[in-house]
Amino acid sequence: MKADPRGVLTGIHYLDGDHAACEGALAAGCRYIAGYPITPSTEVVERYASRIPCVGGIFMQMEDEIASSIAIQGAVWAGAKAMTVTSGPGFSLMMEHIGLAVMTEVPCVFINVQRGGPSTGLPTLPAQSDMMQARWGSHGDYEMIALCPNSAQECFDLIITAFNLSERFRTPVMFMMDECIGHMTEKVVIPKAEEISITPRQYTKKSPIEYKAYEPIKDLIPEMAPIGKGYNFHITGLTHDEKGYPAMNEETQHKLVTRLMDKIRNYKKEIIIIEEEYLDDAEVVVMSYGITSRVAEKAMIDARKEGIKVGKARLKTVWPFAEEYVFELSKKVKAIIVPELNAGQIVREVERAAKGNCEVISVPHLGGAVHKPSVIFDAIKRGANRGK
Amino acid sequence: MNKYFRADRMPHMWCPGCGIGTAVNAFVNALDKSGIDQKKLAVVSGIGCTGRVAGYINADSFHTTHGRAIPFAAGLKAASPDTKVVVFSGDGDLMSIGGNHFIHAGRKNMDLLVICVNNLNYAMTGGQVSATTPLTAITATAPYGSFCEPFNLPYIAEATGAVYVARWTVYHVREMQKAIGEALKKKGFCFIELISPCPTLFERRNKMGSGLTRLKFYKENAIVENGADTKKTTLELNKPFIVGKFVDVEGRQTYLDAMNKYYDEKFQCDLNYMTYKGVRSSYNIEEECEGCQND
Amino acid sequence: MKAKGCVFFQVERCKGCGFCIEFCPMKVLEFSKEYNVKGYHFPVAAHPEKCIGCNMCGLYCPDFAVWGEKNKD
Repeated sequence: MKADPRGVLTGIHYLDGDHAACEGALAAGCRYIAGYPITPSTEVVERYASRIPCVGGIFMQMEDEIASSIAIQGAVWAGAKAMTVTSGPGFSLMMEHIGLAVMTEVPCVFINVQRGGPSTGLPTLPAQSDMMQARWGSHGDYEMIALCPNSAQECFDLIITAFNLSERFRTPVMFMMDECIGHMTEKVVIPKAEEISITPRQYTKKSPIEYKAYEPIKDLIPEMAPIGKGYNFHITGLTHDEKGYPAMNEETQHKLVTRLMDKIRNYKKEIIIIEEEYLDDAEVVVMSYGITSRVAEKAMIDARKEGIKVGKARLKTVWPFAEEYVFELSKKVKAIIVPELNAGQIVREVERAAKGNCEVISVPHLGGAVHKPSVIFDAIKRGANRGK
Repeated sequence: MNKYFRADRMPHMWCPGCGIGTAVNAFVNALDKSGIDQKKLAVVSGIGCTGRVAGYINADSFHTTHGRAIPFAAGLKAASPDTKVVVFSGDGDLMSIGGNHFIHAGRKNMDLLVICVNNLNYAMTGGQVSATTPLTAITATAPYGSFCEPFNLPYIAEATGAVYVARWTVYHVREMQKAIGEALKKKGFCFIELISPCPTLFERRNKMGSGLTRLKFYKENAIVENGADTKKTTLELNKPFIVGKFVDVEGRQTYLDAMNKYYDEKFQCDLNYMTYKGVRSSYNIEEECEGCQND
Repeated sequence: MKAKGCVFFQVERCKGCGFCIEFCPMKVLEFSKEYNVKGYHFPVAAHPEKCIGCNMCGLYCPDFAVWGEKNKD
């Protein structure tokens, strides 16, 4: 279906990432946000609060991130598209409810505008050190979808993708921005509503008698039921059977958790988005995401000028990780360079997926500022010199 | 009343003599008399023995995380204002881990009915001390008796600005039903505390007998004092205590009503159909708002 | 003389708490000698003719296992 024109601010704008993400959410049909102020994400909800009296929708500032992360799920069950917005410390608080959203299969989006950590860290400076947490932060076994924009425009475009993926796979989606992208003001082109494609919620067509809350229908995904129509469904975070009733035994645990993981694992091709450039003759590939990919661009341009055959594979989807893609890539290149604004998180995945076929060079940076292009350039050069 | 229960899940998991079932009984009886459409009801529970209530009531029901039934219910209500949302949870869940959410929901006057079954301990996990355990009572984590003052629930509820505050025990079957019936009809943040025995844990550790013995204790020791000063309603172990309807006020706007009224006045146009009718209606807009500039 | 009311049971739900027996104003109910599937003694109408259908048993029952109804004349 097409976007609701009420929420689409068509035109050419000069917005920062936070503002663009807000507009993207509105365009995607998000009409409920519960949030708590935390630098550097607060602008998303500030803009939302000022926009929704005209667009229609509700913003509730809650008493903490724990309340925010579950209030959005209540709103989703009531029929809304919902999102919450936070940064590192709030992200940690939300972990239990991210798990609840996974377990009860609630489509919603969590934005984390990452900042320096751990703990209170650097509230106003960038980092990308929550990337592993986005995947593994909650307890238990599960898969996660995490997207990573690298520009204000992408904050708009990719968040619509985030909402669409969350509805398609009935799962929460982590939108991993960083302080730099969030506060960087750039040109953002917002198209007309009819040019924006929205995935609608998969409501059941079955009658209340036939309907089972967690019976997988298509692609391992169950259909939701609207409230207030006599479906009398039961939702619980406990391990549950297809009716949604608690069924705490080994067999149900295996069945349920396997399905929750497979519904994402089996459809990785649909979810993984990688931006490629100059890979045909590449000997070295830079694999980066978020703001670091912008810095890496400069390093790659400089390297090409020096005759180094460097290519780009930018991760727009960080989770599920593109294992098969990296494995194939690792067979063709000498080295994969992984610059990140953290002590080396996604590089572990790259190493694991490459299985030793090529060198994997980590370019860590603990945050507070972005890399200097020369540092990434040096790493590219080291990778190119491998084997010489 | 069987239409209100999930028959395929009976018998339920509560212990013999536990009063939660009686509280649920009062609730469904009140619901039946209230004329509220069963389809329009949503029941939200947290974790704990009382948290299992959602799983047994035949309505759109939600068994959420520990302490967070109220914010979930707040989100649910905001996005579907026509739904009658009832939070049914226990003392540990609502007032300890969920305490912050409770007081903010009261401050905002969210249109929710909160029924708190108070069995004076954390029952599901084995009977540990909770925020409502009376002084000197023995519990699993206060094996020599609790030395810390408990919360006085009606006092807190009144302080948050709740528009209806009552306390009964599961002995008071008719009064419970009446209170729930009144609260179901009321708009705003309503709080009902229902004191229940926990024969397996609290009552056993404190040598208070069976559920039946405790119900007789409630009969002898509950002093009905409607309109009592909630400062005086603290529970003390094995002493007489006050029950009744303490607060029943009109005139406080609910959060959603206040929001809509405020925006209507500020923007001088009828935005009610967008925000009040719930977010689903945002796709069925018939009127366009001319002259409304943005950015 | 016909009783004014009648008690209904779903004994498999009963957990033998005794509330209904205690709080029946007419003392209609008693514990059974038999056990239900879960091993509890459940209420039986020892004096059904005394039942007035007040449903105090139903209001007290925590297990939704017993209730009373007034007989229609």
